[in-house]
Amino acid sequence: MMLKNKKLVLIVDDDPDYLEQLKSKVSGFGFDTLTASSRKEAEALLETTKPDLNIFDLMMETQDSGFILAYKSKQKYPEVPIIIASAVTTETGITFKVETEEDKKWIKADLYIEKGIRNDQLLREINKLLKL
Amino acid sequence: MTFSLAINETDIGEIKIIPHDMEKLKILVVDDEPGIRSGIERILRNYSVGFPFLNEDFSFETIEAATGEAALEIVEKGGIDIVLLDNKLPGIQGIEVLERIKKGQFDCAVMMITSYASLDIAVKATNFGAYNFVPKPFTPQELKSAIENISKHLFLKRMTRKMNKEGKQVRFQFLSVLSHELKSPINAIEGYLRIMQEKQVGDDINDYMAMIDRSLIRIKGMRGLIMDMLDLTRLEAGNKTRNIQNISVNDIAKMAVDAVLPMAIQRNIKINFDAGEELYLLTDASELEIILNNLLSNAVKYNKEGGEVHFNIKKKNNSLIFKFEDTGIGISSENIPNLFKEFSRIKTEQTREITGSGLGLSIAKKMVDLNNGEILVDSTPGIGTTFTVVLPT
Repeated sequence: MMLKNKKLVLIVDDDPDYLEQLKSKVSGFGFDTLTASSRKEAEALLETTKPDLNIFDLMMETQDSGFILAYKSKQKYPEVPIIIASAVTTETGITFKVETEEDKKWIKADLYIEKGIRNDQLLREINKLLKL
Repeated sequence: MTFSLAINETDIGEIKIIPHDMEKLKILVVDDEPGIRSGIERILRNYSVGFPFLNEDFSFETIEAATGEAALEIVEKGGIDIVLLDNKLPGIQGIEVLERIKKGQFDCAVMMITSYASLDIAVKATNFGAYNFVPKPFTPQELKSAIENISKHLFLKRMTRKMNKEGKQVRFQFLSVLSHELKSPINAIEGYLRIMQEKQVGDDINDYMAMIDRSLIRIKGMRGLIMDMLDLTRLEAGNKTRNIQNISVNDIAKMAVDAVLPMAIQRNIKINFDAGEELYLLTDASELEIILNNLLSNAVKYNKEGGEVHFNIKKKNNSLIFKFEDTGIGISSENIPNLFKEFSRIKTEQTREITGSGLGLSIAKKMVDLNNGEILVDSTPGIGTTFTVVLPT
């Protein structure tokens, strides 16, 4: 009987509570997790590790830390899917979509979610991206 | 100071500082009589308009056009600040040139030169957006006065527009960051409450204590943020009326030390306060309070357990020097440039438990600036930090 290898998810968010909660949620789904609380920390981790999936917060050190991190990750590991999570879209009216090829040229992410997404929804999206 | 022209409203005006503070405004003189054109050029050649409250002087560069069509061509190329427009022209009339300039939304002010000072032309021109008139024949002084008027109007219009634009940009960025700063604790607390609601780690409430503690810490943070926001918005709106008095610095300093003592005792931190003589400062008491409270509370918050804070005030030449020295975690050199920016908080393992809105230092700095002072920081990570505030007496 083959033991299924656990997939590794890298979670990056500068809010320590949200990071803990998301980590335990994703581990609860059955994945191994790695966490970082800043873009810098995440970039260092990506140097030595290749995750199976990334979940990046949008605003960390700067308002576009998430975008920059996604760009760098795609450069290094183009096949690793990226989810960008954000909390501010409804207030500011800034929305992001990564549906069309055109969108994907600018936003190097495979999916964009709003923080507060339901657990079952999140699991569904992760499985979709990991083709599970 | 020069403004580079914003021909289309989405350009952001750029300010370059010319050493001799002289700005040249481009005036386009549109009149079919060459004598009039050269006459105006001569009058404006050595004329300059000054703002008494600014270190600004405007001089003029005259460009000439004999017809309305030629004038429009020149305006369309850009760079024209003021148009002096005669109504009676060989081709299209002045009033039509004015109409087209306004329709094209060029960033210039138009002054009509009216031959017969007839009321209907004057009204029509005003409706089309002319700023003012000068009736022919005019004396050099009459022309100069009219030009002075229109130059000042143009300057103020551009300044307001620039400030509004900057204000809008800054406000938008501020709101985006603010909404993020408020949503983060709300999301975090909600996350913990959901976990508790679903009893995700079992039935024993003791297993949820850490989450409850974290939630309370985040709530404290939000409360602090709201208080600081109120301070900041009052500042930004300029609504804070200053009550300048001869303030006893020692009294305010003692109050600040007393305010921070409970937090210091809790962490076993010793505060050494020394002010030497009786010191006074002409300022608003609340401003000094804010500066001292913010810096002292930071010295305690970011200190190590059992550490020390040395707070002293000295009079030197014509200034008061406030020094806040702590034996805390310190600040790395890469974090120093952003220290006084709004919502700038250093997020590391060490600062994880420290509450704060990220506005304290930016507010303190604004207060220091209001008092024409300066604030300096020197730090060694792991050893400690010293903040120095210098306020002129």
